Amino acid sequence: MIRFEGVVKRFGTLTVLDGLDLELPAGQTTAIIGLSGSGKSVALKHIVGLLTPDAGRVVFEGQVVHEIEPDELAALRSRVGYVFQFAALLDSLRVGDNIRLGLRRQGLPPGEVEERVRQSLAVVELPDAGERYPAELSGGMRKRVGIARAIALRPDYILFDEPTTGLDPITTATMDAMMLRARNELGATSVLVSHDMRSVFAVADRVAMLHEGRIRLVGTVAEIQASQDPVVRDFIEGRPAASRPGPGERGGP
Amino acid sequence: MSQPATSLGPIHRGISRIGAATLTTTRALADTRTWLPELLLQMRRLGADSIPIAIFLAVFTGIVLALLANYIFTGAVPMYLVGTLVAKATMMELGPVLTGMALAGRVGANVAAELGTMRVTEQVDALETLSFNPYSYLVVPRVVAATLMFPVVTAMAILVGVLMGWFTAVNTLDVTTLEFVKGAQLFYRPKDVWYGLFKAASFGTAVSLIGAICGLGTRGGAAGVGRATTRAVVFGCMAILVLDAFWALVLL
Repeated sequence: MIRFEGVVKRFGTLTVLDGLDLELPAGQTTAIIGLSGSGKSVALKHIVGLLTPDAGRVVFEGQVVHEIEPDELAALRSRVGYVFQFAALLDSLRVGDNIRLGLRRQGLPPGEVEERVRQSLAVVELPDAGERYPAELSGGMRKRVGIARAIALRPDYILFDEPTTGLDPITTATMDAMMLRARNELGATSVLVSHDMRSVFAVADRVAMLHEGRIRLVGTVAEIQASQDPVVRDFIEGRPAASRPGPGERGGP
Repeated sequence: MSQPATSLGPIHRGISRIGAATLTTTRALADTRTWLPELLLQMRRLGADSIPIAIFLAVFTGIVLALLANYIFTGAVPMYLVGTLVAKATMMELGPVLTGMALAGRVGANVAAELGTMRVTEQVDALETLSFNPYSYLVVPRVVAATLMFPVVTAMAILVGVLMGWFTAVNTLDVTTLEFVKGAQLFYRPKDVWYGLFKAASFGTAVSLIGAICGLGTRGGAAGVGRATTRAVVFGCMAILVLDAFWALVLL
């Protein structure tokens, strides 16, 4: 289980996370939703120690992430697959080599490495992309390779950072199916950062809304959909806050 | 009273960053499993691919040195000293420094732009999540490659510079081959060569490390990469001049 305990993160004078408390239960998919710039991706980066909190802590299976030694951090990261918003494929390497990179790091034998590369590319429906460079792929294909790179590691945790942002509806549905397949086949605990509510409702077990640096509401998909919290409703209905009805106006004739 | 402290702030931060990066890079040297496979590629990209620009510089440096020596020495001292000036100046100073400056532009900019782009596109973060130390995978192979290849490129530049000085002297000045060779040998010491090549190695370390520091410190997208690249070239050139003076004080 992963737990955020009072995490504060500032960039200069801007406080992005302002006492974030959140539990990410094992075996479930938790979606973190919130406006652009609300700190969703920043929260995700704390889990693998890419960012260090200014206050508070992230506890990963009993270990405080920012306090552990580099070797332990490397071991922790080897159990986590991270799917970046823009895939973050190494553009100097072919697709296959991008996937091989982490597998070789784990010290797997060459035959096992090649088998996993083949399998993971098959899962994301890009079986013939291994010899191509990232620049030769579309945005959607790059994101799928990002998923392939993450699941090839057979991680215990998968972190998805806005995997469907900027994709067309059909590719988004394909990505949703891949995330579900990855989770179901690996049995991994997943964290999905997104503001794409269709995708969130399709994939997540639990949803946490991040607002002004803190969790505004956390619950099941059904609980979020039924929430009457105006901030949550504005967000999931895609309504600007300025258009929110004033007191006494909601439910009027 | 607070003025000096304020103005020293950026300098202090800069020195701290260089010190921390040097320490991290030195520690990452032990991770040979990660950086050794990348070394040959970087030696080709940062070293072998830099030979044309270094040769180009050396050709014209040799020509100008010979003509300058002729201008200074005619009617004053024996003309075989043209060989002395061309060989000595090329081996000890102009070869290493001009080649270093050219490579500060080419190598420093290359390293900063590449690592900067990787930083802003989260490729460096991706490496970290795959349990790689970015210093082992990205910085060490570049620094080692530049440290090994700058002397090689400089040696070629020195050779070409001296040969062009000889060619110019023999063909356009009143100097024979024998006189040129006599002058070149007159004050020659083996130290002249290793001094120049040792300096070149230190320039390679500095230029690539500064490029890496600027690149990995990039913030703010394409504009940030541009700023990092500019900083890498400017600070790389400054480092070469400072090191040049330092080694002259220490080794001469």
